[in-house]
Order: sequence, then C-alpha cells, then structure tokens
Amino acid sequence: MDATTPEAFGLWLPPDLSVHGAGIDNIIWIMHYFMLFLFVGWTGFLIYTLIRFRERKGDATQTANYYGVQTHASSYLEAAIVIVEVVVLVGLSIPVWAELKGEPPAPNRADLHVRVVGEQFAWNVHYPGPDGVFGKTDASLVDGSNPLGVVWDDEAAKDDITTINQFHFPVERKILLDLTSKDVIHAFWMNVMRVKQDAIPGNTVPLWFEAKDTGKGEISCAQLCGLGHYRMKGFFSVDTQEEFDAWMAEQAEAAQGEDDYY
Amino acid sequence: MGHDAHHEEELPFWRKYIFSVDHKVIGVQYSVTALLFLFFGFCLMMLMRWQLAYPGQPIPIIGSLFGDSTAPGGIMLPEFYNQLGAMHGTIMVFLGVVPLAVGGFGNYVLPLQIGAPDMAFPKLNMASYWSYFVGGVVMFSSFFADGGAAQSGWTSYPPLSITAPAGQTYWLVGMLFLILSSLLGGVNFIVTTLHLRAPGLSMFRLPFFVWAQLVTSFLLLLAFPPLQAAATMQFMDRVFGTSFFMPTGLVVGGQMAAELSGGGNPLLYQHLFWFLAHPEVYVLILPALGIIAEIIANNTRKPLWGYKSLIYSAIFLGFMSFIVWAHHMFMTGMGSTMSAFFQTTTMIISVPSIIILTALILSLWGGKIRFTVPMLFAVAFLPMFGIGGLTGLPLGLATPDIHLHDTYYVIGHFHYVVAPGTIFALFAGVYYWYPKVTGRMMNDTLGRLHFWFSFFAINIVFMPMFWQGMAGTSRRLYDQTFYAHGAAVQGLTIMSSWGAWMLGLAQLFCIINFFWSLRAGEKASDTPWHATTLEWATPTPPPHGNFLTEPRVYRGPYEYSVPNESSDYTPQFEA
Amino acid sequence: MEIPYIEEAHPETGVNNAKLGIWLFLASEVMLFGALFSSYIILRLGATDWPSGRVVPLNIPLATLNTMVLITSSVTVVMSWASLMMKDIGKYKMYMGITIALSFVFLVVKYFEYTAKFDHGLYPSTSTFLAIYFTMTGLHGLHVIGGIGVNGYLLGPGSKLWDTHPEQFTSRVECAGLYWHFVDLVWIFLFPVLYLL
Ligand code: HEA
Ligand code: HEA
Ligand code: CUA
Ligand SMILES: [Cu+2]
Repeated sequence: MDATTPEAFGLWLPPDLSVHGAGIDNIIWIMHYFMLFLFVGWTGFLIYTLIRFRERKGDATQTANYYGVQTHASSYLEAAIVIVEVVVLVGLSIPVWAELKGEPPAPNRADLHVRVVGEQFAWNVHYPGPDGVFGKTDASLVDGSNPLGVVWDDEAAKDDITTINQFHFPVERKILLDLTSKDVIHAFWMNVMRVKQDAIPGNTVPLWFEAKDTGKGEISCAQLCGLGHYRMKGFFSVDTQEEFDAWMAEQAEAAQGEDDYY
Repeated sequence: MGHDAHHEEELPFWRKYIFSVDHKVIGVQYSVTALLFLFFGFCLMMLMRWQLAYPGQPIPIIGSLFGDSTAPGGIMLPEFYNQLGAMHGTIMVFLGVVPLAVGGFGNYVLPLQIGAPDMAFPKLNMASYWSYFVGGVVMFSSFFADGGAAQSGWTSYPPLSITAPAGQTYWLVGMLFLILSSLLGGVNFIVTTLHLRAPGLSMFRLPFFVWAQLVTSFLLLLAFPPLQAAATMQFMDRVFGTSFFMPTGLVVGGQMAAELSGGGNPLLYQHLFWFLAHPEVYVLILPALGIIAEIIANNTRKPLWGYKSLIYSAIFLGFMSFIVWAHHMFMTGMGSTMSAFFQTTTMIISVPSIIILTALILSLWGGKIRFTVPMLFAVAFLPMFGIGGLTGLPLGLATPDIHLHDTYYVIGHFHYVVAPGTIFALFAGVYYWYPKVTGRMMNDTLGRLHFWFSFFAINIVFMPMFWQGMAGTSRRLYDQTFYAHGAAVQGLTIMSSWGAWMLGLAQLFCIINFFWSLRAGEKASDTPWHATTLEWATPTPPPHGNFLTEPRVYRGPYEYSVPNESSDYTPQFEA
Repeated sequence: MEIPYIEEAHPETGVNNAKLGIWLFLASEVMLFGALFSSYIILRLGATDWPSGRVVPLNIPLATLNTMVLITSSVTVVMSWASLMMKDIGKYKMYMGITIALSFVFLVVKYFEYTAKFDHGLYPSTSTFLAIYFTMTGLHGLHVIGGIGVNGYLLGPGSKLWDTHPEQFTSRVECAGLYWHFVDLVWIFLFPVLYLL
C-alpha cells in the first residue's frame, strides 16, 4: 500500500499499517459516536425548547415558569456521561497507552534497533549494522558530511549505516527506535503507522512498533521547529525481510564507497 | 486611595478620560483597546488563510504592500507565516479576549453588579490598564524588530524560541508587562468582590457573572507567576546566554554550540508554560459563561436553573484546572503513571463543564424566550461550546491524542471554545451592556445580520478542521500540500479560508453598528432589558460614583416571573 | 459614595482592603518564587555534575552578614509600625530610616559579591548553578529595590497622610512591613539553598 500519494487518504482516519493502530482508532471511533450522540441529543433538546418556549407576540397570558425543570433526569444523564468516560478511560485508554508507551522491550528482544535523530529540517536514521551495536557519537564532530557526529573510527561504528529522510524497516518485526533531536524540538510522526513522539534535544525517548503490512508512507514533523517545519518530510518503507536485507546491503556498499573516498 | 465624587467636575480632560481612575472609564479603555487587538489578530489570520488555501501564490491586492523581508512579490515567506501564527495566538489570548472579558466587562460591570462606587484600588486599576497597554505596544512593535516578530508559536517552546530572532525578546518583555497587569487586576477584583458588596448582597446573592470573575481572578493571580518565572528564565537564556532550557551538546546552525554551558531542560519550560496556560484557557471561558448566564436569565424571564450548582462547578473547575496541565504534553515521552494521572484529572475536569452547560440549557425550559440580539449569540454559544468541549475529550485521553496531538483537530477543538464560544459570548455582552455604557441602543437589524452571517461563516471556518486533523494534517504548516495527507484534504482548507473571509465581512455589520449607534442609536432607558441585577439601578450612563443613593439588596439575582408579582421582574434592589 | 473598608476592617474577612490586597499579592509572589525554586530542584536533580557553592567560590561570610542585615531590617520595620501604633511619628521615621539604610547595606554587599564573581570570570552563562544564582538573587534584589521605593515613599512624601488619615497610614506601613518580611523570608530560603546546600 502506497501512502505517499493523496489518493491513499480519505476524509477520516488515514490507512493503518501498524499492528497497534487499531487500539488507537477504536477509541477514536467510540469517542466520536459517543460525542455525536450527546451532541445530537442535546441540540435536539435545545432546539425543541427554543421553539416550544419562544415568546409569542400578543399572547398576554404567556408567562415564564418560575420553577423551571423539576425532575432530576439531568443528574442521571450526567452520571451516565461520567460512567462512559470512566469506562473508556480505565477500560481502553490507560491500558492501551501502557502497552504502547509503557515499558520498552529490551534491545535484545527487538528484531531491529535504530536511532532516529531530528534536525532542522531532516530526519537522520542510524542503523547499528550487522554487529547490532551503535558506534559512539559526539556532538562536537557534527558537520555537513557527518550530521550525526558518529565517531567513524570507533570499532562499533565501522559497520554502522546512516541515512537521511529514508527509513526502512521489515514487516512483522519488533522495531525499537531511540528518538532524539540535535537542535530544537521536533515530533516524529508516521501517521499511517500511528506513531507520534516528540524528539527532544538532550533526552532520548524509546519507541516500539510493528507493521502488519508492507507499504510506503511519509514521516512528517508535528512540532513547530522553525521556518522549514512544513517541509521536514521523510519517507518510510515497510519491506519484507528479504527486501530489507537487500536494501541494507545496498546502503553498506554506498557507505564503503564513501569511506574509500575520504 | 479614597476619592470623592464631588471632585469630579474639577478634573481636567486627561485625568478624566486618559489617566482616569474611574472603573467605568478604565473598563471602556480596556474594551476598545481589546476589540482593536481582536480585530488586528483576526486580520493577521485572514492573511494566513490565504497562504494556507493558495500556497505560494501572491496575496491579491494588498500583497504588494509587504516588504521583501516578509512577502517578496506578495508571496508570504515561511518565517512570516510563523510570525503571523505566533502573534495571532498571543494577541487573541493575551491582548484580545482576556482584556476584553476581564479588563473590559469585569471592570465595568462587576463593581456595578455588586453595588460598589468603584474598584477597591482605583489607582492600581489604572496601573493595570497602562501596564497592559505598554505590553500591547511592545508586542505590536515586535513586528518591526529585525528578523520580525516572535515566530515560535504562542507557546514559545525552547530551544527554538531561544535561537529565534530579536522579536522573541520583545515577546518576553511584552508578556512580563501583560502578566503584571493581570496580577494587579486579579488582586483588585478579588478584594472588590469580597469587600465592596452592597449591604444585603451576600455571596449567594451575587450574579453568576461576578462569581465567574472571582474564580477567574484567582486563576490569574496564581497561574501567571510560573509563566513569569519561565519568561524570566527564557529571557536570561536569550540575553545573558544562560542554559536554563538548553541541554548539553546542542547543535545550533550545524555546529555544536560550545559556548553554551548546557545542562538545561527544555521540558521544564513546557511544564511551567502549561501550568499557566491550562488555567488560562478557563480564564478565557469562565467570564464568557458568566455573560451567557446573565443574558439567558434575562431573556428567558425566569431564574437560572441550578444557580448554586453553577457556582460550585465554577469553583471546582478553578481548582482542577491547576492539575491537568500535562495533557498538553502527552507526546513528550510520558510514562504510564503520569499519563494515567493527567488523563484522569482531565476527564474529571470535564464534569463541571458538563454540569454548567446542562444547567444553562435547562434554564431555557419553561421560559418565555425573547430572541434579542444578545440572546441569539448566547443561545448559539451553547452548542458551539458543546462541540468545542466534546472534542476536548478525545484529546484528553492520551491514547487517541497520539493521533490527534498537534493536528488541526486541536485547532478545531479550541477554536470552537474560543471563537464561536468566547467571542460570541463577548459579542453578546457588547450588545447587552452597550446601552448602559453609552446610553443608546445598538441597531437591532444590523445586530441580527451580524449574528446570522457570523454564525454561518464561523462554522465553515472551523468544522472542516476536524476532518483535516483526523486525516493527519499537522498544525503550524506553511504549506500542507507538501504532504500527501495534507494535499488530500486541501479542499477543506480552501473552504475554511473562504469561511474566514466571509466571517471578516460579517464583522462589518458589527463595526458599523458599533460606531453608528454611538450617535444615532435610539436613547436607552435605565433598564432597557427589564433586568434585575444592580447595574441597572444606576442612571444611564452611570455617573462618577455610580449610584445616586447607596443601594441595598433584598433578594437573589434572578427573580424573574415571581409568582403573583405584578411585573415579570423583581429587581434585587427593590424593597 | 465612598469606597468602604479603606481604614476599618471588613466584618467578614477581618482585614481592610489594603491588607487583603497585600496578602493576595504575596500569594502570587509565593507562586513566582515557588516556580523558581522547583526549577532549581528539577535542574539540579537532572544535572550530571553540580557545581556546588564550594566549587564556585561563594562568599558565605558576606552572605551570612547580609542575612543578619535583612533580619534586623525586618525587626526595625516592625518597630516603625509599632511606634505608629503608639502615635510616635518621630520614632517611626527613625526606625523606617534604619530599615531603608539596612536595605542599602544589603544591596552594597550584594554588589561586592557580584563584582567578585565577575572578576573571577564567573557569569550567569558559566554554569547552570550560576545562572540560577544570579537569576534568583537578582530577582530578589529587584524586590529589595522595590521595597526601598515603597518604604522611601512612606518615609518621605507618603508620611503626610499621617496628619489626615493616621489609621490608613498605619495600615499602609503595616502592609509595606508584610511585604518586607516576605522579601526577607525569600532570602532566608535562598541563603541555605544557594550557599550551603
Ligand atoms: C476556552 C478555552 C478552552 C476550553 C474551555 C477547553 C476545554 C477543554 N480542553 Fe482544551 N485547549 C484549548 C482551549 C480550551 N480547552 C487551547 C487554546 C488548546 C491548544 C493549546 C495549544 O496547543 O496551542 C487546547 C488544547 C487541549 C488539549 C491538548 C491537545 C493536544 O495538544 O494534543 C487537550 C487535551 O486534553 C484539551 C482538553 C480539553 C478538555 C478535556 C476540555 C474540557 O474542559 C471540556 C469540557 C466541556 C465539555 C465536555 C462539553 C460539555 C457539553 C456537553 C457534553 C453537551 C453539549 C451541549 C450542547 C450540544 C448544547 N484541550
Ligand atoms: C482567544 C483565542 C483565539 C481566537 C478568538 C481565535 C480566532 C480565530 N482563529 Fe485562532 N488561534 C489561537 C487563538 C485564537 N484564535 C491560538 C492560541 C492559536 C495557536 C497559535 C500557534 O500555533 O501558536 C491559533 C491558531 C489559529 C490557526 C492555525 C494556524 C496554524 O496552525 O498554522 C488558525 C487557522 O485558521 C486560526 C484561525 C482563527 C480564526 C479564523 C479565528 C476567527 O474566529 C476570528 C474571529 C474573530 C472575531 C470575529 C473578532 C473580530 C473582532 C471584531 C469584529 C471587533 C469589532 C470591533 C469593534 C466593534 C470596534 N487560528
Ligand atoms: Cu521539525 Cu517541525
Ligand atoms: Cu489544557
């Protein structure tokens, strides 16, 4: 499924490639049915009241009722609203959140561990490579050719792969992503993966997710980060394991090329 | 600070109308300044709406007026778009709505409604207006700073705001003046309400409007100082190079900023900001609810339903509003416990609002409803606030907020509460109290035109935003068509822009009416709406010192259609 | 109509307008410094290495002296109010004069502390600790200056009110005193937090 073209989007929720997305979408649906119900009911009542109790010109006998509504129906209704809120809150929102944002899986449990670092105005992706260990990074090394400030002569860094605005990951695998930023606050958002998280300089936040389908989508930035905020777009691609490995090899090639070049 | 009425005649013009200490003059000064700022803030937005609807196309007609630093060839630059956005938010909230709702209506109406000769501290009152005025001037002049006005959103999150051009410093200085003004105002309102009530006017005989103002004042008093602290620290970071909000190893302009000591925490600012800004949003709505309550009681010709439950809800709302702030920060990497706490408090805080709205709607039942212009706005407020409030619920639940945070859904949510909500309430208030202030009625036909066109247009502006947001469009986007999901809903954006321009035209009815009625409006009696509360016991317009004889209060605020009374309203002040 | 409760206390709250006003104002001040103190705690807890008062040469003796100065000034301000209660405007002027003098002493000492830092090349931008140190003591310093302004007014032109409305004047002095106690109190917190901990 290719979600990089407008055609892929309808008017309501975007398509969903993620395993966990359904949990989020359900709550959105439930809440909106609930809200629609309340709104229609209330507005209906409102309009009925306005018509029924409008001032009738020239009707001398018409007087307002000093006491107004006598029943306690509204209290029960309010209680009902509260109950629904509690059910959605305790029954759905809190548990789903705990699962999505609670305890990250241990790195060794994840099938792929990557770092994503936001900068004005691009997304840097850092793959640890075959050894599964990230090379050291050092902010003082950051420059145009080394946006992540990777210490390339560090052993662990030798096989590392970095890309810009290109994020590939395999389908049906547990992905663990460490998110941070170099300069200002950004927000990493893959809306067809239902993943959103602020990227905050100075602290690293873990994210984990799994795709249920292969496909392509856009990474957008959801936090105002300057004049380029609107064009801080990246692409992600959910590949089959084979495609992913192939792509990795490709990137390694390219990286090698560069290394000789220096 | 005692001042005596008979000195009034001797006062020269500038003491009487410019540096006046009379709460009514100050109230009018506040209202007019705030209305102008509202209008200005709206104009900024109408500009932005062009860029949103027709990205990269030159702004028609006025486009050529802008310099190359903002809109070369009439095409708006991204940085200019961000300036407009940040200043629109700041102006609307801090220079428009709060000064009009609290400084304007509060100053003018509250002392009258409690039967006081003036505010408790008239000089302080004047100081708070002029402090607001200076803050406004500083904010406004920031457009001419090099690099332009503040452009990091009205939230001014660091590190972005700290690396931003000079305009941000203006913003901070302006905020400090506005905060000072609110603090002085808050103290003044509380003391006035607690001490200056006329004999017989017990707390539970106060009009709901006064209660709303009282709770609001406490929010201003206690919520603003943390922002004061945050603004001070951000100021230090910008001007003295400190690192309160700047973490170690920050990269600025492609290079590590070695000169920074680092060790700061960007999230600290967000906590301080939202500790203010959530209570602030209730500061935006409570006075509005107060106005609506007055007008509904008056135009249904019956007492409010559940007067006490309204008051208790307002107080509870005030308390709760201090412990929900982090629902604006769910996406900053919050653990389960913290998010569970703030989701819960957020759901709890929705309950008093539901009670208040329910009470207001039920108040209509059994009434003899007069559809005067103020009443039209008041009635429209109810479902509009309903929409805004209800859409707050999915945002308040952290899990759906993963998808909705920082999208146009949020923009839609809060504009439904502030624009067709608060702004409509403020319009209602203008139409309702205008006769008392000016001694003349506003034109009814123009008023109705203003209402119907605004009501229609404003929904065209904001309704599409929910679908835009749902489709995943981020807010603060200079050009949303850059993303596939944005391009998919561009049609809605264009629709909402045209809505905004229509809304702009609709305001002409109001502006014309406002000035035309000053001269040509029909003369108003002392109580044109046949209302019960104390402000209508004064001559129209009220003289310096307000009441000719000290008023006494004999009953509750909304004694309309009392069984076997000759008239259908029994004023508080009639024995 | 006159504004009521300018001099006499309101039956329900038991205080007059000015007194209630100053208490409310102090409440907001508590929120302000509360916010700064909590920021201090958060930043310090989050810090990897914290330059404590010993690493950065803070002059503890001088600060102790200043603490003494402020505490004394709190006493004298009470005395000045007490003398008004005893209808002794002369004594009042003396004590208020001393209070103001002491506040100046405080500022002068602070000035020497600051310049000493600058001479060591220690600026707000040097470390987060110094940032907090300068911001909080600076803000407190502004409050002291504000206090000097108010007290100065009450000593000079403001004191004319004594001849016409003695009670009102006394209550103004009392309010100024309350504010001054607060400024003192803030310092009592700042001193250990910044210098000793
Ligand atoms: C007046 C201002 C105002 C008011 C009253 C509210 C009210 C509420 N707000 Fe809103 N909010 C804002 C102004 C306001 N908000 C602003 C300005 C922002 C954006 C800030 C920024 O990021 O720039 C924001 C953002 C915001 C967020 C952050 C969203 C995000 O960034 O991800 C959240 C999340 O919890 C939230 C929740 C709520 C809730 C639960 C309420 C509740 O209090 C609502 C309770 C009310 C109801 C539940 C309605 C009751 C009525 C009925 C049930 C009946 C309906 C009646 C009829 C149909 C007649 N708001
Ligand atoms: C009180 C708050 C308030 C109010 C009333 C409004 C009113 C409006 N707002 Fe605003 N808005 C904000 C607060 C407010 N806004 C904030 C906080 C933001 C976020 C900023 C940020 O991202 O940092 C925002 C952002 C925002 C955006 C998103 C921009 C972006 O994310 O890129 C948009 C987009 O359309 C928008 C539109 C509008 C429109 C069309 C109105 C209209 O409803 C305007 C209607 C106004 C009037 C009708 C009043 C006109 C005045 C008069 C007619 C006076 C008459 C004069 C006399 C009688 C003398 N606003
Ligand atoms: Cu990065 Cu917005
Ligand atoms: Cu909020």
